[in-house]
Amino acid sequence: MQTRLEPPGRGALGPGPRRVRSAVRLEGVARSFARPGAPPLPALERITLEVAAGEIVAVVGPSGAGKTTLLELVCRLQAPDAGTLRADPAALMPQRDLLLPWLDALDNAGLALRLAGRSRADARRIAAPTLAALGLAGFEGRRPPELSGGMRQRVAFARTVLSGRPVLCLDEPFGALDAITRMELQAWLEAVLLAQPRTVLLVTHDVEEAIVLADRVLVLSPRPGRILAELAVAAPRPRSRTDPFLVDLREQALEALR
Amino acid sequence: MIRRLAGGLPALGLGLVLLGIWELYVRVGPVDPLILPAPSAIAAALVSDRALLWSNLTVTAGEVLPGIALAALLATALAAAIHFSVLLRRAVYPLLVASQAIPLVLLTPLLIAWLGFGLLPKLAIIALVCFFPILVATLDALAAVEPDLLKLMSTLGASRWQTFVRVEAPSALPGLFSGARVGVVFALIGAFFAEWSGASAGLGVLAEQAIPQLETARAGAAVTLLAALAVVLFALLTLAERRLVPWGARA
Repeated sequence: MQTRLEPPGRGALGPGPRRVRSAVRLEGVARSFARPGAPPLPALERITLEVAAGEIVAVVGPSGAGKTTLLELVCRLQAPDAGTLRADPAALMPQRDLLLPWLDALDNAGLALRLAGRSRADARRIAAPTLAALGLAGFEGRRPPELSGGMRQRVAFARTVLSGRPVLCLDEPFGALDAITRMELQAWLEAVLLAQPRTVLLVTHDVEEAIVLADRVLVLSPRPGRILAELAVAAPRPRSRTDPFLVDLREQALEALR
Repeated sequence: MIRRLAGGLPALGLGLVLLGIWELYVRVGPVDPLILPAPSAIAAALVSDRALLWSNLTVTAGEVLPGIALAALLATALAAAIHFSVLLRRAVYPLLVASQAIPLVLLTPLLIAWLGFGLLPKLAIIALVCFFPILVATLDALAAVEPDLLKLMSTLGASRWQTFVRVEAPSALPGLFSGARVGVVFALIGAFFAEWSGASAGLGVLAEQAIPQLETARAGAAVTLLAALAVVLFALLTLAERRLVPWGARA
């Protein structure tokens, strides 16, 4: 069963009649992958979704539901086979941190600035406050192997933010971390986004993570991915995992996944 | 440091055992010591001919070092070019593989006839024999860069060239070093053979002249130094890699 999306601008941000500009908009987008000697494998089907500027939208779904494909479409790493896609420039934060081991934390964080033509000194100067705001003051000179998994993800997040792209695409950002660190970083990300709102498209298979972090949760079906349900998470922040409203939403999301 | 030295004990032990068997074989066996010198005789030659050996060792080392450097330079440049151009890879790679099958015994006299008896033909031969392992290892390392990393660079706005300079080239450094380590051994064999085939000095010349004079212990000493040079160069490359590529797998 597919739940139709509400018209743009309504429900997206919960309360408020104000119509917000959309940062990402997909209409009827489909994507499949060619296989030698076999029919193409559909990854995504009839995806229609919209992310308003400043909104945090989570996409949950089982493995192989095309979640990463969805992000790569938004980041222009792939092109849709059908449908229309319009998105503000987006930066990708992959599941694995993919930090460059020959650069220290600060150089990794400021990588996009270097790519944009800034000098190393400039990039480090600009990136330093961001890294410090993410709780990494004092670790600027460490190389990735000298940082913990949680620290590396925060450096990767800084790198994504410092790309200056208005849309952040987070692909299972905490999926490779242990449960405790994951919860810590979820709370940390919530605080960061509360202090500095951004447009975020968060892909995860962790329903609780989606509900704690997102304004809206989209539930994706198994391959080929279709949007099964959409849940507005109209709860104040910072959120508590034990909030009965959120617990109930989590049940709804899990029900939709079943 | 002590642990590292202790790590060399098995090789030392096995070496001593093999030398002992060799020594015993020459002393009590049917072989003429003029044909197969005993390790003790080679050791004696290493001491008595040390001035002669040293002056020739420096000549050989003076060929091998720039030869490897030249090969590394050319191989890296070609690897980068091939990495960027599929057409170039298709055009050049098969020919390079084929060129490696040309016997050195055939090529060396030709190069000496063409380039003379000086440093030039040695450089050419050394570069020729150690170029290929460096090229292949560097190319493999370039191709092994994680696709996800390349995607990430593209979302961060990197151009093709920026991705090469900032990600692919540093990733390929460990490959360059492993290729160079293999190349060192080839380079020494190449240098020795090139000297043997026509030169005025070097360990190859020393051995080539010692054998007809039945100074086989001296020839053995020359080969021993060649082997020692291989070990030293190999170790130097490993050390340089630890310094320059601290993120490499062997760090």
